[in-house]
Amino acid sequence: MTVEPVLSVRGLVKSYDGNRVLDGVDLDVGEHQVVVLIGPSGSGKSTLLRCVNLLEDLDDGRLLLDGDDISDPRHDAGKARRRMGIVFQAFNLFPHLSVLDNITLAPREVHGVPRKEATQRALDLLDRVGLSDKANSYPDRLSGGQQQRVAIARALAYEPRLLLLDEITSALDPELVGEVLALVRELAGQGGTILMATHEMGFARQVADQVVFLDHGAVVETGPPEQVLGDPRHERTRLFLRRVIDAGRI
Amino acid sequence: MISDLQRERLAYRRSRSRRSVLVAFASTVVFAAVAVLAVTNSPGWPRVRQSFFNAEVAWRTLPALLDGLWLNLRVLVVCEVLILVLALGIAVLRTLRGPVWFPVRALATGYVDFFRGLPLIICLYLIGFGLPGLRLSGIPNDPVLLGGIALVLVYSAYVAEVFRAGIESVHPSQLAAAKSLGLGHAKTMRIVVLPQAVRRVLPALLNDFVALQKDCGLISVLGAVDAVRAAQITASTSYNFTPYVVAGLLFVLLAIPSGRLADWVSRRATNRQGA
Repeated sequence: MTVEPVLSVRGLVKSYDGNRVLDGVDLDVGEHQVVVLIGPSGSGKSTLLRCVNLLEDLDDGRLLLDGDDISDPRHDAGKARRRMGIVFQAFNLFPHLSVLDNITLAPREVHGVPRKEATQRALDLLDRVGLSDKANSYPDRLSGGQQQRVAIARALAYEPRLLLLDEITSALDPELVGEVLALVRELAGQGGTILMATHEMGFARQVADQVVFLDHGAVVETGPPEQVLGDPRHERTRLFLRRVIDAGRI
Repeated sequence: MISDLQRERLAYRRSRSRRSVLVAFASTVVFAAVAVLAVTNSPGWPRVRQSFFNAEVAWRTLPALLDGLWLNLRVLVVCEVLILVLALGIAVLRTLRGPVWFPVRALATGYVDFFRGLPLIICLYLIGFGLPGLRLSGIPNDPVLLGGIALVLVYSAYVAEVFRAGIESVHPSQLAAAKSLGLGHAKTMRIVVLPQAVRRVLPALLNDFVALQKDCGLISVLGAVDAVRAAQITASTSYNFTPYVVAGLLFVLLAIPSGRLADWVSRRATNRQGA
């Protein structure tokens, strides 16, 4: 019996002004799997995640979420997004809402969860991300790492099937990266299904089930982390990893 | 405990600021004295004083002017509420995307183009005299009501653009975040975009409010007995222009609290952004 992947990307194409940012990407994310996208800047990692969340219109290809073709224009994009959570590089919290309201917004307004229940769930989540004391604070009163943990809690608040993480530590000061990665590690350990883009190679090696190396909008190499990061088959992967090592990011 | 170096610096800064205050004070006094002397020594001053700054006429006509001002105030409040509601609606309609909404968008854009460009006084004449001139049943004849309609039409076009500027100032990443949570356009607008947009344009809105405050006096051209019209009436009966000056001062007094409120709001907005 084959288990259907949570997410299947098939032949995904996305162009901006005739420039093919994604050039026929195929990839699968299985249940409880952590798939890590690596690749140079501009290789299409963020665009891929935004396309999966239907924040960008596709130019070709298919996206299957639990077997449903969510890239079909007849499929309600809002309904598809409700089954996924995304965390952005720059947090994108709502600055005029308290931490608690940021987290309960989607459950209350989109999923029809009563306020009391949504609040209780949000407080549990805040406890999990270690920010119980910040429920009534506003985002601009928090550090970058704290804001990003709130953003993760916001994305988890409606129990999405799939969590998308778009370089969530790139905008953080180095000493704040650890707390956010620790949280992702914990989520992965609890069986979360995650597709993430990152530059943290050490983290990818420890947490990923699959590493996907993307270059010029195409998948160059896919495999378990020890193979892709430890013994890459492709010259371009090797070149990229060498640059990352030279930059001291490993 | 501060070092001698710092004490000396503080003393220097204090003496500098004392000097600045003194210079500002002295230059103000000199300027005011020159202005007062120039006006009061002008050959026509006694006549001007008699016909524009007559205390006895001012005191006698004040009750009528205050009555008029009370009408202006009521018009102001009612119009401002209607303007805010209408303008917000127009601004939101202008942000709708997609070909389905083209007619609505075009209509809203046309409305703004037309009423923002039309001089208020001409709009007042058209609504105030043209509309009743049609002699259709059900069209009101009350100059206050008609004047109010004209004010709402013109001002809502201005204020709609203020709101739209605010809506467009909300960063696309906020829209992406709202979308990603599954929120539709209406809820994204109501919960995410508008609260941030309104907060940002509050100083500009208050500025337009002050402008409306004095433009309420223009309904007098339709015959509504507001402060300006009351001044006109009393001026013509007393052969003296003092009531105009008094009415003008009353509008200025009315504008001061709004102005201070606008200052306070923008200062607070700046502080918040800095936080």
